[in-house]
Amino acid sequence: MCVIDTTDTPEAPTGVSGIAVADVTAPPSGALAVDLDGITKRFPGVVANKDLHLQVARGTIHAIVGENGAGKSTLMKILYGVQKPDEGTIRINGDEVSFSSPKDAIKAGVGMVFQHFMLADNLTVLENVVLGAEKLHGIGSKARDEIKRISDAYGLDVRPEMMVADLGVGARQRVEILKVLYRGAKILILDEPTAVLVPQEVDELFGNLKEMKSEGLTVLFISHKLDEVRGVADDITVIRRGTTIDRVKSSSVTSKQLAELMVGSQLPTPETQESTVTDRVVMQITDVTLADPAGGPALLSDLDLTIHAGEVLGIAGVEGNGQAELVETILGMRRADAGTVVVENDDITAWPTRRIRENGIGYIPEDRHRHALLLGAPLWENRMLGHQRQEPASKGWRLTPKAAKDDTQRIVEAYDVRTPSIDVTAGSLSGGNQQKLIFGREMSHAPRVLVAAHPTRGVDVGAQSAIWDHIKDARREGLAVLLISADLDELIGLSDTIRVILRGKLSGEFDPKTVTAEQLGAAMTGANTPENATTVDAQEEAAR
Amino acid sequence: MNSTLRRIGVAVAAPLLAIAIAVVLTSIVLLALGNAVGPVWQVFLSTPMQGVAEAIVNDAAVLYLSGIAVAIGFRMNLFNIGVDGQYRVAAFAAALFAGQGWLPGFLNVIGALVLAMLVGAAWAGIIAVLKVTRGVSEVISSIMLNSIATGVVSWLLFKVADKQEGSNATNTKNIPESSHVPALAQTATGQIFGLTILAVLVGIAYWYVINHTRFGFDLRATGSSESAAVASGVSVKKMTITAMLLSGAVAGLVGMPQLFGQDFNYGSNSQTGLGFAGIAVALIGRNHPIGIGFGALLWAYLNGQSNALQINAGVNASLVNIIQGVMVLAVVIAYELVRRWDKRIEARRVAAELAAGKTAGATA
Repeated sequence: MCVIDTTDTPEAPTGVSGIAVADVTAPPSGALAVDLDGITKRFPGVVANKDLHLQVARGTIHAIVGENGAGKSTLMKILYGVQKPDEGTIRINGDEVSFSSPKDAIKAGVGMVFQHFMLADNLTVLENVVLGAEKLHGIGSKARDEIKRISDAYGLDVRPEMMVADLGVGARQRVEILKVLYRGAKILILDEPTAVLVPQEVDELFGNLKEMKSEGLTVLFISHKLDEVRGVADDITVIRRGTTIDRVKSSSVTSKQLAELMVGSQLPTPETQESTVTDRVVMQITDVTLADPAGGPALLSDLDLTIHAGEVLGIAGVEGNGQAELVETILGMRRADAGTVVVENDDITAWPTRRIRENGIGYIPEDRHRHALLLGAPLWENRMLGHQRQEPASKGWRLTPKAAKDDTQRIVEAYDVRTPSIDVTAGSLSGGNQQKLIFGREMSHAPRVLVAAHPTRGVDVGAQSAIWDHIKDARREGLAVLLISADLDELIGLSDTIRVILRGKLSGEFDPKTVTAEQLGAAMTGANTPENATTVDAQEEAAR
Repeated sequence: MNSTLRRIGVAVAAPLLAIAIAVVLTSIVLLALGNAVGPVWQVFLSTPMQGVAEAIVNDAAVLYLSGIAVAIGFRMNLFNIGVDGQYRVAAFAAALFAGQGWLPGFLNVIGALVLAMLVGAAWAGIIAVLKVTRGVSEVISSIMLNSIATGVVSWLLFKVADKQEGSNATNTKNIPESSHVPALAQTATGQIFGLTILAVLVGIAYWYVINHTRFGFDLRATGSSESAAVASGVSVKKMTITAMLLSGAVAGLVGMPQLFGQDFNYGSNSQTGLGFAGIAVALIGRNHPIGIGFGALLWAYLNGQSNALQINAGVNASLVNIIQGVMVLAVVIAYELVRRWDKRIEARRVAAELAAGKTAGATA
C-alpha cells in the first residue's frame, strides 16, 4: 500500500463505494491482446484469484495495481503459464489458450520479466540472451545482429559483448526485456519493474516502454506506485483481494481515487492510541557501518538509531536500501565493520545470533518462509525454532517436546492461530496464521526489543489487524519496537517516530502525526528538497 | 491420533511402492534379455541357502552402520560420499593397533574401536574443514579422499605388512586370540559377529540424538532450511564440522564387526565398497533409524541371494546389482511422489477442517 502520491492519511475515511471514475465499463478500443475472463485460482486454504477479468487492448500499456497480497502476482503467473487457473478462460489475440508452462506462453507471444533478474553474471549479454534460445538465431553473429536490431528498434541501448557482471540494475533490466523480445514476445509482462530502479532509471524504462508501444507491442505491468502508473499506463486495472475492482483510463483518474480503489473502505487502520514513549533508551545503534563484500558502496553507513521503551520506530524506504542489512546486523547475522549496537546495558554488537535472540531481541523476519519457519515441521517444532536452548523447548541438552507442545497450544489460543491441530506442518497454514504463530513465539520470551520487518506482508486483512494489535500491545507493555515496512500507511499509523533509509543512510526523524505520505515518498527516493533535508538534519543536531 | 496413523501410512507406502516399481522394472529387464522371470523371483522368495542367513545378518549390520554414517550427513544436507574411504582408513588403523596387542583382551577391542572412530572422524574432518574454510563441496572432496584413502592404505599396508611365507596376501598382523570378539550366535553353518551389536547401539544413539536432543534439532533444522537455522542462531559452520565428525566416527565402526569376528587383520582381501552401499541404504531408509535397518536388511538379503540366483535360476548374479540400482531410483522417485501427495493432502485437510470450524484454539 505504498501510496505516495496521495495526501490521504489513514485517519481520513476512505469511502470507496461512491467514487465516480470515468470509463469504468466501456471496453477498451481496438483489438484485445489479452482477455482474461472469470479467472479463479484457489490455493489450499486461500483463494488467490476470484472471478478476475482483465482486458488489454493491443498496442497499449496496461497497469495492474493492488496492494501486497491482492493477487497480482498469481494473475501474472497464470498469464505466463506458471500456474493454471481453476476456472476461467484466457484469450490471447482472440484465441483461447491453455498454457501448461511458460514455454507455451512464449510460443503464444507472451513474455515475462521477473522482479528478480535471472541473468548469469559471468556470461556476456549475448550469451545470456541466447541461452536456451539457441535455435532461434544461433549463438554467433546472427544472434548478435538480432540483439542489435532489437536494441536499436526500442532504444534499449544493450551491447551484446558486455559482461553482465559489469552492468547496473537498469541495464540488467533492459537485458531481461531484450531476452523476452528476442524470443518473439509481442505481449510483455513486467512484475514491479520500478521497485529496484532509481528515479532516472524509471524514466528511461518508461521511455523504452513507450517506444515498444509505438511499435505495436503490448505491455502489462504490475506496480503499486500510483504516480508512476498514471504517468505511463493507458489503462489501469485495480485488483483487491483477488478480484477485479475496476478498470479505469489513467487519464481520467487521480492517484487519490486509485488509492481508494486499491485499499477499499473495509481496511482497518493501523493507528495507535496515545503515546507510550518513555525516555528510557532500550536500543542504541551508534555509527554502524557495513561495507559491501562485493566492493560496492557501503550497505550501511554511519547509522545512528535510538529506540525508547514503549516506542515504535518505523523505518521507511524503497526496498533494497539497507533495511535487510540493518536487521541482519542487529541480529548478528552480519558483522558491522564499525559501530555498536547496545540493548539496555548489553553491547550485543559482537554477540552470536543465538545469544542475541535468547537475550530479549524478538525477531519477525521479512521472509518468514526462509527465516522464521521450518515449513515441513509441525507447529510445535516451529515453536522451538530460534529458542532451542530455552524453556519450553529444551532443558539442558535434551528437548522437551511435551512442554513445547503445551506452550504451542497456549500460543495457538492466545494469538488466535487458526489451525486444526499443533501437529500439522507450518507449511499448511495460511500466511497470516504462520505470522501469528511467529509473533506468539517471539513474544513468549519476554523480549526487550522487537525487530519486525514487513510484519503484515502477504497476510490477509484479518491477520493484518491482529498483528497490528499485537504490535500496539507490545508497545504498551514498554517494548522498543523497530518496525520496517514498505507500507507507508502502516508506518504512519503505528510508529511514534519515522525515519527513512536511503542507500544505507538514515534520514532525520519524521513525526507520523504531521508527515504526509508525499514527504516520506520524496525522502525515500532522495528527491528531498535541500531545504527540507537541512531542516531535518538541523533538528537532529539540535536534539543531540 | 489420526495424523500419526496417516504418517505411518505414508512411511510404509513409499517403500512398498518403490519395491513394486523395482520388481516390475527388473522383470522387464529379464524379459528383454530373454530370461525366465518366474524362477528369479522364486529364488528371491525362497529361504536362503545354508550359511547365507548368517551372512545376511552380518552384512546388514555393517551396511546399517554405513547407512547411519551417511544419514547423519544427509540430515543436514551434507552428502558424505566419503564413508567408503573413512571406514577403510579407520579399519586399517584399528587392525594395526589391535594387532600389536599392546592392551590385553577386551581393552584391546575397546581401544581399537575408539581409535577407529577417531581416525574415521579425522578423515571426515578434512572434508569438513575444506568445506567450512574454503567452500569446497563435500561431494568433490570426499570422492577425492576416497581415492587418497585407497592409496594411503595400500602404501602403509605394504610398509607394515606381516608377510607370510607362501602367501601373496598382504595384511596387518593378526589380532591376538584373546582380543577376538566371540560370536553373538553360533550356528552349524556360521556365526553372527559379536560386534553386530554396534549397529543396534549406534541405531539407538542416532534415534535419540536426532529426535530428542537440541543438537539433533539444530541438525534437522539446518537440513530442512539453512536460512531459517541461521536466523534461529545455529552456526552452520560448527554444525557442518560436528556432523561430519560424527558421520566419520560412525563410518569408522563399519569395518569392526568383520575385523574382530572373522578377519582378525586388515589386508588386501578385506571387504570394500561398503560406503557406497551405505548411501543406497540411507536413501532407501529415508534417514530414519528403522528405515535404514529395513534398507540394510533388504540390501544384504539381495546380496545374499545372488549366488542362489546363479545356481538355481541360471541368471547372472549381476542381476542383483540391477535390482539394487533400480530400487534406489524407484525409492527416490516414490518418496518424492508420496511427499508431494502428502503435502497436498495435509494442506487440503487443514483447509477443510478450518472451514468446518475445527480449530485447536479456544476461539473457534
